[in-house]
Amino acid sequence: MMDQVVTVLSWASLLGGSFFLLVGAIGVLGLPDLYTRSHAAGITDTMGAMLILGGLMLQGGFTLVTAKLVMILLFLLFTSPAASHALGNTAWSSGLKPILDDDPPVKQSKETDGRD
Amino acid sequence: MFAAAAIAILITMALALLRAFIGPTLYDRILAVNMFGTKTVLIIAVLGFLMGRPDFLDIALVYALINFIGVIALLKYFKYGNLAIGPGEDSDDDVPDGAAPPSSTKETGK
Repeated sequence: MMDQVVTVLSWASLLGGSFFLLVGAIGVLGLPDLYTRSHAAGITDTMGAMLILGGLMLQGGFTLVTAKLVMILLFLLFTSPAASHALGNTAWSSGLKPILDDDPPVKQSKETDGRD
Repeated sequence: MFAAAAIAILITMALALLRAFIGPTLYDRILAVNMFGTKTVLIIAVLGFLMGRPDFLDIALVYALINFIGVIALLKYFKYGNLAIGPGEDSDDDVPDGAAPPSSTKETGK
């Protein structure tokens, strides 16, 4: 009984992780800006990695395999925000501006001041 | 079920590679490469379970370490143009205190 519950939980976790991975991949391809793409990559780094490694942990049981999976997950959870922050900081300090919601009308109004 | 997760990870890696190819800026490519490395860690773990040999997890752990160090080194190189610069230095061509960049050694004639 408990084995079936654990198996179903691990399958659901793996499928949920796959769903979040695909959502993040579509977001990385479809979103318009580096910073929004960084958000989509963050989805795959947090929800996708946590759910898939959690599903594998449920399959592994209380063994050395689960300990290694915990180490991988902890390391990913520490390094992924650091890498995202370094990427955003480098992109910002190199002069890459995010696309804001107010930007295109402001730029167009500045450009069309002569026409108006 | 491991196969479904592996296929999803492979599709994600393919889309990340597509973003790395068509990325308009350098940072989009670095983001895609970082994402590709993280998904490589995941697929090594899942393939270990799929093949019934979870010993691959050591390789996944090492790959996570190498991926993080590589991305940080790449970003530092593209931000400062120099891997030997200290944390308190500006991005100008100032000579750091501890480490000597190759340009200063050229100036001293060595």
